[in-house]
Parts: sequence; C-alpha cells; structure tokens
Amino acid sequence: MEKNKQDQEWDLEIKPHDTVFNLHLQDVWNYRDLLWLLVRRDFVSFYKQTVLGPLWFFIQPIFTTLIYTFVFSNLAKLSTNSTPPALFYMSGTVAWAYFQDCLTKTSTVFRDNSNIFGKVYFPRLIMPLSIIFSNLVKFGVQLLVFVLLLIYYYFKGFNVGLNSYILLFPVVVMVMAVLGLGLGLIVTGLTTKYRDLAFLITFGMQLFMYATPVVYPLSSVPAKYQTIIALNPMSGLIETFRYGFTGTGHFYSGAFTYSIIASVVIFIIGLVVFNKVEKSFVDTI
Amino acid sequence: MSDIAIKVENLSKAYQLGDFSTGTLSRDLERWWALMRGKEDPFLKIGEANDRAVKGISDVVWSLKDISFDIEQGDAVGVIGRNGAGKSTLLKILSRVTTPTVGSVKVKGRIASLLEVGTGFHPDLTGRENIFLNGAILGMRKTEIKKHFDAIVDFAGVERYIDTPVKRYSSGMYVRLAFAVAAHLESEILIVDEVLAVGDVEFQKKCLGKMNDVSKGEGRTVLFVSHNMGMISQLCNKGILLKNGNIISYNQTQEVVARYLADNNDSSLNTFVFPADQKKTVGQFLNFEIVNAEGAVADKISFDDSIRLNYRLQVKQYIPGIQIGIGLQDKLQNRISTFTKEINVGNGDIIEGSIKLPDSIIAPNNYNFVIAIWNKNGEVYDIHENIGSVTIVDNGTDLSLYEGKDYGAVILKAIWE
Repeated sequence: MEKNKQDQEWDLEIKPHDTVFNLHLQDVWNYRDLLWLLVRRDFVSFYKQTVLGPLWFFIQPIFTTLIYTFVFSNLAKLSTNSTPPALFYMSGTVAWAYFQDCLTKTSTVFRDNSNIFGKVYFPRLIMPLSIIFSNLVKFGVQLLVFVLLLIYYYFKGFNVGLNSYILLFPVVVMVMAVLGLGLGLIVTGLTTKYRDLAFLITFGMQLFMYATPVVYPLSSVPAKYQTIIALNPMSGLIETFRYGFTGTGHFYSGAFTYSIIASVVIFIIGLVVFNKVEKSFVDTI
Repeated sequence: MSDIAIKVENLSKAYQLGDFSTGTLSRDLERWWALMRGKEDPFLKIGEANDRAVKGISDVVWSLKDISFDIEQGDAVGVIGRNGAGKSTLLKILSRVTTPTVGSVKVKGRIASLLEVGTGFHPDLTGRENIFLNGAILGMRKTEIKKHFDAIVDFAGVERYIDTPVKRYSSGMYVRLAFAVAAHLESEILIVDEVLAVGDVEFQKKCLGKMNDVSKGEGRTVLFVSHNMGMISQLCNKGILLKNGNIISYNQTQEVVARYLADNNDSSLNTFVFPADQKKTVGQFLNFEIVNAEGAVADKISFDDSIRLNYRLQVKQYIPGIQIGIGLQDKLQNRISTFTKEINVGNGDIIEGSIKLPDSIIAPNNYNFVIAIWNKNGEVYDIHENIGSVTIVDNGTDLSLYEGKDYGAVILKAIWE
C-alpha cells in the first residue's frame, strides 16, 4: 500500500463548477452495462401486459402509411414521383418516426427521470443515450416492415431503384440520431427552467414534419422554396434515405453534407447545455 | 491508519425558495447582466442562516454553510441533526445528485449511495431483471451483479418470487430486495439515508447487521443518517451534528449524541414554579425541576444517564407521618415506580431536596411524573399530576431497533445463562 502517495490522489472531486466541455465520457463508458439494461427495460416493459406484444411496433408504421396514402395521395393527390404511394409514405414515416421519437423522448428526459436523478448518481447522458438505442430497436423492426413492403412491390413488378446510395443508410441513421439527440438535449435542458417549451415540442414536431420532405418529394417543391426546405437538416437525410432505397428523388450532396455538419453542431450545443443543466437541475425541477 | 476517505472543504449549498416559474426569465437576465459587469449574483446573499421558523430577507437559503471536515477510511459516521439541518443536502452532494454552490469534496474510492431503496425499480420487470437494473443504476458492472446474484436473492429471501414482476411483491419484499442489492455493492464508501425506516424490524436488524459488517468487518467507510439515536450509537464510531447548515460537533458518537440531546432540550417543559396557595394549609410544593447528570434542566436524557428531580416545598403545618411522594409514569399514565420520603420539619419550614433515578434502567420512551405531599393515612395535601416530560433517548441499547415499540418500561440487567 502506497498510502502516503495516495494521500494526494483523489478518485473524485466534487466541485461547484466544471468546464462545460468535460463530458465525463470515461464515466459514461464505465456505466455501459446500465445503458444496455435500460434499453432492455424499455423494450421489455413496452410489451409486457399487452395483447399484441411486440406487434405494436409493426402496427404503428402500417397505419400511419395507410392514412397518409389515403389523405395525401388519394384525397390531396400529392405527387410521389413514380414510386407507389404506400412505399413512398412508409419510407418517409419510418425514418421520420425514428427522428421524432429520439427528439421527443429525450426532450423530457429530465422531467421523466427527476425521481431517479434526485436519488442516485450515474452519468446523466446514459438516459438519453438509452432512448436513442431503444428507439433504434423499434426503428429496426419498422424498417423490416418497410423492406417487406419493398419486396412485395418488387414482385409486383415495380422497378425498385435500390442503388449504391443505400450504403449511406447507416450514416443517415446515425446523423438522425445525433440530430434528434442534440435537439432533445437542448430542449430538455431548457424545460427544466422554462417548462412551457414542452408544449412547443408537441405541436412544433407537426410543423417540423411538414417542413421536411416526408409526405412530398423535395423535387415537387417550387424551386424558390427548395433552398428554404433544404435548410432544415432533416431534409437532406430523408431524401437520401428514400433515394437509397427506392431511387425516388435525387441525392442532394450539398444538402446531405449540410445536414451532417448542422447535426454535429446542434449535437455539441445540446451536450454543452445538458452538461451544464444536469449538475443542479435537481434543485430546480 | 489515518487515510482520509472523504475531505470536505468549505462546502456551501444555496437553495432558492418560493416560486420558480414566475419571473425566472427576467431574473435570469438580471443575474446575467450583473455577472457580465463582474458584479456578484444579486440573488445570493451569503450569511443568512437557514432557520425554518424565521422569515428570511432574501428567498435564498443556505442549506449548508461553509462546512469542512475529513472522514477517515473505515470510519462509520452518523450524521444527526433536526429536520432542515442540512443532513440530506450533505448526503446529496456527497452522492453527486446535486452540486455544491461553493467549496469542494474530495473522495478516495468508489461511493455507493442509498438515498432511497429501489431507485429505478420498474414494476413490470421481474425481480431478477430489477436486480440487474438496480445494481447497474447504483454503479455495479454486470459481472459484479452476477457474482453476487445468489447472495442478493438469499439476503432478500425472495427466491420463490424471483421471476415475478415486482409489482406483485408485497411492499416488504420489495424493500428487502432493494436493500439487498444495495448491500452487496462493492464500494469503498457507503452512504445511507434513513432508508431503514421502512421494512419490518426483523429485516432492519439484518440490514443493520450487514452495515455493521461493512464498516467494522470489511473496513469500509459508512455515512449514515438517522433520527434513531440508538441505531447511530450502535453503528457509528463518529458523529457529525448539523444545525442550520453548520457543524456543531464532530466527535465520538456518544458525545455528539449527548450534544444533540442537550441542544434540543426544552428546559421550559421541566421547570415548575408553583405560586403560594392559601387553600393548601398543610404543605405545598414551591418548585420542581428535572435535570440531567450535568445538572441542567432537560427533557431528553440518555439511557445511560441518571435523572435528578429537584424539589422545593414548604411545610406550613407539621403533621406526623407527612411524606413526599413522587411517581414515575409512562406516557399512558401507568405508574412505573413510586418513591416516598418522610418529612420531619417544623411549621413554616422550606425544604429543598432531590432524588436521583439510576441510569441504564428506565427504558427509552416518554415519561412524566406525579408529585404529592400526603400522609400515611392517604390524606393528600398537595398534588401535581402528569407534570414534566422526559424522553429517555436510546444511545445504543440492544433494543434500539424497536424504538417506539412497547417492550416494557424498564430494562433490567438480566443475565443469559
């Protein structure tokens, strides 16, 4: 035992303020088991005591697609280029749903977990991260539905335009997660003090969706508005996702690069806000 | 053997009182503007005591004010103080749930804190799943939990229900499982808030035993908050007494407990002055007071301290066989013991005297007295019923776990053979 030497070395120092960029990533890594257990908890508790169990994961995208197809394609006669409407809408909704879930669920992370956070310490970032991963599971299941639909249309003779841009798919998902997480962290950080921001999220997400080419292709937007829509970091992502799987629309390299950069910037801002708030939010919430 | 496990330096914590939601934005802007100009925060006024009963000037209170102390490795430290003294705030800062406003804490070793049992338990998950989840929340790695899994289940005694969702558990089982997980944490420092208040006595005993093992057997550092002085005395070798956010005393447990009792004494309860009464023609009490071993009027007295009753009376007219009688009774007015003494003085004499009740015999509980002047024939000349209030405080008897339960009014030094 090197007692005398150890006297000077502390394992932990609790101080009022820390630099905002000290994210305690080592700590997060040490708690990685908790991350997986939380993901598992979310998954298991989701379908316990339900009749349909994990089937719920399928029902949601199927019904949304049906409704969108009916409303936007049959009633409003919006163009989906040459893609079958169901396929078009499902590609949009599945991708959008992942982003939306990431954002809305992380945006209430402090409020939802104030009980746990007030009683025990663990790196707070674990909670939002677990949400991102839980939703990834859900997204995976929904993607499967989408792929099944794709195969169905393929056998019906539709020329599925699967192309090399599908390789960007993992990047698209990652950037969506980063963007959703980043925005969610900013919102949750601010809602601890200004609670009304939570209301903004509910209807803000609706507006956000219509400002993103989810139910319409970007190419169908009048040229003068295209730039404005493309300023939304989600636009480039959704378009790329859809283009990769169905060959509909275009790959806008500029918009895509912009999406990545914007997402990373938002994510960093989110981390800093979260990091600043997490220390003392227990006193204010 | 004087390695320091926790070093607290100039720790302060401010809380804002009142409503947060109104005017926060304008206040934030004002604060920001002040800080921008290099001035200090206009809403933090250092130096105001946190006394619940007194209305403060600003709506910021200092729950902890500039406290510093070191805790040595292997010490079991009891943190005591009245409600609002800052105990919970201190534990919260040490467990990193909240941050201090000023000052720092340096820690050597891993901290596991138990401010609540069963944090993060999910009602829909089974006992098994919750053990892993809860363990991970408390900072255990999966392999550690696996290693201790059988011991945890065994300790909690819920083997049969291990694959049942915890929402079907009785509240006792729930608490047992939750504590069992926490008890098997492999940390150098264990922080425990008053979680043992839940659960049945049997289980509390088990927990206390476990904590004892942890601090004495395994040489780990324990910080324990409780209102049960008996438990503190049994478990801890050191005590910290907090009052209004300041450390009043940091010493051996017995001394700190005594200090706490002395601090909380309400002497007005146990000093009596009886005005002269013409109707009492034979004799009457003039004064009566209950004092502790140090001679101070007290209403809280440790189990191992003696109680002294001081009286002053006047005999107006001597009658042969006149006696003073004092009865000790429990809170339900059941007589526990009676003491009498014959008085032998002339007319108009005032006599003062006292009687000492032995220590370590009256069981921890609340008591009061009956005092009377009477004669052998049963004629009563002066009587005061249910006067005084004495709380015998447990400071480490074997029965401390059963505080508040009815285990008798005296603890006799019986010998098991």
